[in-house]
Amino acid sequence: MAYKRQIDRLPIIPADAKKHNVTCHYCIVGCGYHAYTWPVNKQGGTDPATNAFGVNLAEQQPAETEAWYAPSMYNIVRQDGKDVHLVIKPDKNCVVNSGLGSVRGARMAENRRSDKTGTQQQRLTEPMVWRYGTWQPTSWSDAFDLVARVTARVIDKDDEDDLFVSMFDHGGSAGGYENTWGTGKLYFGSMKVKNCRIHNRPAYNSEVHSTRDMGVDELNYAYEDYTLTDTIMLVGTNPLECQTNLFLNHMVPGMRNGAKVIIVDPRRTVTANACEVEAGAENVLHLAIKTGTDLALFNTLFTYIADQGWVDKDFIAASTLQGDVAVPQDEAHPAALGSFEMARIKCKMSLAEGASITGLAEADIVKAAEWIAKPKEDGSRRKCATGYEKGIIWGNDNYRVIGALVNIGLATGNIGREGGGVCRLGGHQEGYFRPSDAHVGRPAPYIDQLIIGGRGKVHHIWANDHYKTTLNATEFKREYNRRTNMVKDAMDAHAGSTREELVDAIVGAINAGGLFSVNVDIIHSQIGQAAHVILPAVESGEMNLTSMNGERRLRLVEKYMDGPGNAKPDCLIAAAIAQNLERVLREEGRDAYADQFKGYDWKTEEDAFMDGYHSGNPEVTYDRLRAMGNNGVQEPVVGFENGQLVGTKRLYTDGKFTRHGREDGKALFCGGEWRGLQAPGKAYQRDNYAFLINNGRANVIWQNWFLDKANDFVSDRFPIPFIEINPEDMAELGVKAGDLVEVFNDVGATQALVYPTPTARRKETFMVFGAPNGAQGNIVNAGTNELILPNYKHTWANIRKISDAPASAADLSFKSMEYSAG
Amino acid sequence: MDRCDKLVDVGRRQFLRGGALAAAATATAVALPATPAKATALARIDYPSNRLGNVSDLKLNEPLDVTYPDDSAPGVLLKLGTRVEGGAGPDGDIVGFSTICPHKGFPLNYVAADRTLNCPGHYSRFDCEAGGQQIWGQATQNLPQYALRVDDKGDIYAEGLDELLYGRLSNVLA
Repeated sequence: MAYKRQIDRLPIIPADAKKHNVTCHYCIVGCGYHAYTWPVNKQGGTDPATNAFGVNLAEQQPAETEAWYAPSMYNIVRQDGKDVHLVIKPDKNCVVNSGLGSVRGARMAENRRSDKTGTQQQRLTEPMVWRYGTWQPTSWSDAFDLVARVTARVIDKDDEDDLFVSMFDHGGSAGGYENTWGTGKLYFGSMKVKNCRIHNRPAYNSEVHSTRDMGVDELNYAYEDYTLTDTIMLVGTNPLECQTNLFLNHMVPGMRNGAKVIIVDPRRTVTANACEVEAGAENVLHLAIKTGTDLALFNTLFTYIADQGWVDKDFIAASTLQGDVAVPQDEAHPAALGSFEMARIKCKMSLAEGASITGLAEADIVKAAEWIAKPKEDGSRRKCATGYEKGIIWGNDNYRVIGALVNIGLATGNIGREGGGVCRLGGHQEGYFRPSDAHVGRPAPYIDQLIIGGRGKVHHIWANDHYKTTLNATEFKREYNRRTNMVKDAMDAHAGSTREELVDAIVGAINAGGLFSVNVDIIHSQIGQAAHVILPAVESGEMNLTSMNGERRLRLVEKYMDGPGNAKPDCLIAAAIAQNLERVLREEGRDAYADQFKGYDWKTEEDAFMDGYHSGNPEVTYDRLRAMGNNGVQEPVVGFENGQLVGTKRLYTDGKFTRHGREDGKALFCGGEWRGLQAPGKAYQRDNYAFLINNGRANVIWQNWFLDKANDFVSDRFPIPFIEINPEDMAELGVKAGDLVEVFNDVGATQALVYPTPTARRKETFMVFGAPNGAQGNIVNAGTNELILPNYKHTWANIRKISDAPASAADLSFKSMEYSAG
Repeated sequence: MDRCDKLVDVGRRQFLRGGALAAAATATAVALPATPAKATALARIDYPSNRLGNVSDLKLNEPLDVTYPDDSAPGVLLKLGTRVEGGAGPDGDIVGFSTICPHKGFPLNYVAADRTLNCPGHYSRFDCEAGGQQIWGQATQNLPQYALRVDDKGDIYAEGLDELLYGRLSNVLA
């Protein structure tokens, strides 16, 4: 039976409630919200004078009203040590979402920890250490001391390679400029840690190296470009589910303004259906390519567009490199970069070849080229706004594919202009400000494989859960459990010993092949089950936090509640680790090294912001951002005039491209020819297993379910991840809707619930990624591209039934997810 | 009967293409006037017991437009033909739901082919055979369902709701 809250009324926000600026801390779109708080013994009334909306709440309110909030937008939380009512509702005046809330963001309030309403009891409240065979609560000082003493034993000046670090680099959530700076200053400033990785990939690298190397930042447009364009091109992305209000509030208006839509995706998504509803099927071209053949498609489009002369010659002449190769292909560059003519030669692919490789009809490729670039009847150029995401970022041959897509944007003059842009749509918000990572090198070390191979002695983890969201996860988990259990055994064997004896025992286990694991997170994560020290962090709203969204819109989320228990902002945890390292190193007489850990006397997250982001962006302060409200300012900030920060609506309007650091300001084209399935082991899986296990996000779930697994509304809908399977394949497998199946191949196994999907192509399934009880990464092999970018999307496996539907799934709806007008 | 014109207008505006709103537009005025809520200090709302129709009014898989708990809260009664959890009547197959989308308040339309209520605003879908579970969508709650009672004469009464209705902070307006 569907989950129902049995809530028949909610407390009314009083007229004098406190109102805080909030940007949703989930996806990159960063919708504007307001958090209202008021004392728990007060309430507003239905009389207009007594409520925050100034309307008569004794009447039914109309559609799209501001004067309503759902039960999911309400909670009772702590603020300055007192219980308060909390409502977090969408902001109608925020230009990003215009009052829309997604199924994820509109649950922010419900996903706060509350000891009154019982929500999110999984949030960590105090530090814990492994002691007496389990985790015991302890003080910050005790936990920091243990972390510092063990860490100090494996690092030394200019020799920090035994310290492995997994750290988020994003905004929103518990990221943001404050926290990336805190961790960045510690590991890249005080130290020069080389063996590190990011939350969603096994190395410390860009997800979009090639576009940057070409001079084009991956977030170069404004969201309004989707409303000003002639064609919206969506590649390997499903914005209705993954960037919901970008789709609803910008792309849909674009379609209503007459934009056509090209969708490149082997799978038919709800985005494709909604585009057909809004634009009409005749204005939507779904290019359902053979999986992984995007490069062949883009090179064919590029060749055809260039051959037709539908390129922007003036733009190419003025803004792109003239000549031949500027950057040759080498270990750090999986394709040569250079001029338009160089790329034409390297990327040349005929319609016949392109059609054969992609499985598309030549006519559809031609139609796509026309919708992108064929001049209008009056001779004016078409505008095309392109969005791409994990379908190619986590797909085949990342460097060349993204480069080939940007080639099309550059050739047609569609970057830096209204209605244009070639941009990733993004996952989290951004919020990166750190010292240089140049010492990491390129290609960056493949951390997961190094850990599997026995490398690393101490592992600091910041809001990464490899167990749910890495590739080759089956092997990683086995090896990580084995190595961390060696340390747990040693700690158990020395129960009751002194701190010095305990540290000696831990170091002994480390030197025998063990791994000491320190886990900083907001919940006790799955990899956190292997940890020896657990440090509780707070999230956006439990601290002041700044991030920028997918059009570089920078906002300050104002702290509206206390964090759980003794949890702290990550930046202050990083600062305390630095201070404790300094103290321990000095005690040990290592003064020169200890001196490197000075400079963390931050009292608040604002201190960290000023020490970091502000130092590089001197116009930007908390007060000024607060004044800019939920519309904030688009980065880069270029001034402060008339009491307002002055930003940049879109990049490269002057035709000068700078992301690669070239002084000439010329963009480069990418000369990457098609070379099949690039990553090791992928072709083997394709040839030996029956089903493609495509994978990605689902609408109702945020990221790796870290909060949603404890959200009743979400866990009622999907207690276990689903796998979409064509009904004819289901018949062959002998499975029915809701059955629990095992998905297995040469590298591991996982599980999912069968979701019948008639629109799925035969032998092509889609599974929700990152689930706590069915990690898709278990069956993704270790193959990456040359720059250690993982390829999650290209996974093949066999499927067999485990059981009938578990009780939790027995009454679920398994009807089509596609909207129907009847 | 006040079908809350502002809500319906929004639905129409969203339907520039297709005109499928007709699927849900077969209004049949069968609801009695709402019972006025009493100003009591109870911990929960005192829901009215409203007669919405008679079993004989229902045809298999054809929506009957109703309102509950008052005439500005549109809803629907359905006879599904198969016993479902929460179903009322002799066959356990009669259900009732609010037809205002709990996301942004747009009017839902019934798709008989798969027994779902669909929102033209932002494409949310609710399964009438699974307690109004949101199959897909942007609402953060499943569809409010009526607590139904069928008496000896076959009269169908609604006597409560299991979720907050869109557009009101109290299911029974004060």
